[in-house]
Amino acid sequence: MSLLEFCEWIQFSPPLVAMRSSPWLFPLIASIHLMGLALIGGAVLLGDLRLLGFGLTRQPLTAVTREAERWLIAGLFVMVPTGILQFMCFATKYYFLRFFWVKMAALFLVIAFTFTVRRRIVEKADETSDHRERSKLAALVSLSLWGTVAFGGRWIGFP
Amino acid sequence: MYLIVLTVHVLTLCMLVGITAMLDLRLLGLTLRGVPASEVLTRLLPWAVAGFVVMVTSGAFLFYADPVMKYRNIFFRLKMVTLMLATLNACVFHRGTYRDVTDWDLDPLPPRGARMAAGLSLALWAVMITLGRLIPYQVYWFDCGRPSQSAIVKLLMGC
Repeated sequence: MSLLEFCEWIQFSPPLVAMRSSPWLFPLIASIHLMGLALIGGAVLLGDLRLLGFGLTRQPLTAVTREAERWLIAGLFVMVPTGILQFMCFATKYYFLRFFWVKMAALFLVIAFTFTVRRRIVEKADETSDHRERSKLAALVSLSLWGTVAFGGRWIGFP
Repeated sequence: MYLIVLTVHVLTLCMLVGITAMLDLRLLGLTLRGVPASEVLTRLLPWAVAGFVVMVTSGAFLFYADPVMKYRNIFFRLKMVTLMLATLNACVFHRGTYRDVTDWDLDPLPPRGARMAAGLSLALWAVMITLGRLIPYQVYWFDCGRPSQSAIVKLLMGC
């Protein structure tokens, strides 16, 4: 079975056909997905603003990013299931959208980056200028990758 | 052009609702418990306000692009009411419980008044996200020309 056939199989399976027949369900799932976006956005901004030298600058970097990571994970628990449901509703549409694949790639990259590279930079950071530069770079990478994910999400949603 | 403004409007959600959610979670005693509440508020509120400005501006453009559809839209109207309630809730909190913040600034769990304002704020923003997402779906359920439309819906839509 090819990937496209798999998408077709999902999209036209009885539960998904039943889901699409309700006009309420898709926008409601999308709304919950957006609430997750707000939560992830807030958590990412909390951590990355701190890395850039804004926001809670009086608090230790590790404490702020640890809290931010907790809510980021909570946000992922909201976004990923609702995202998968939305994908299953119109799987064959997304299969052909280049931005969908860009979004998925950026999502995997940014999750990997956040929990490996960025976390290590935070753990090693003190107030020497070298680390400040590195922290800023980590924040910019994180923000642009998350920006790509969010932008891709909006862009694939258009009819 | 409309799609670009819409994208800006949706992505600013991260800044406005995301940062607001972080503030609310601190007021609920769920995050950054060791950081004074006033520090979280003063350091992060400017970012939420900046998000608010972008949100209102881009939202005004979206309204201007299709004023009749938006004006007669039941979800748009309810969203504006919810926005007013959320603004009112924030004002009441700042003039009420927040005035005595020095009394509870270091409490990991802020007083009931602050927790109620924060919970209400989170709920109102969640409702606002859902109503905003539902705006383009009005045609599927509510239409002034529909014969079976109930009087209350017609009144709410200004038919």
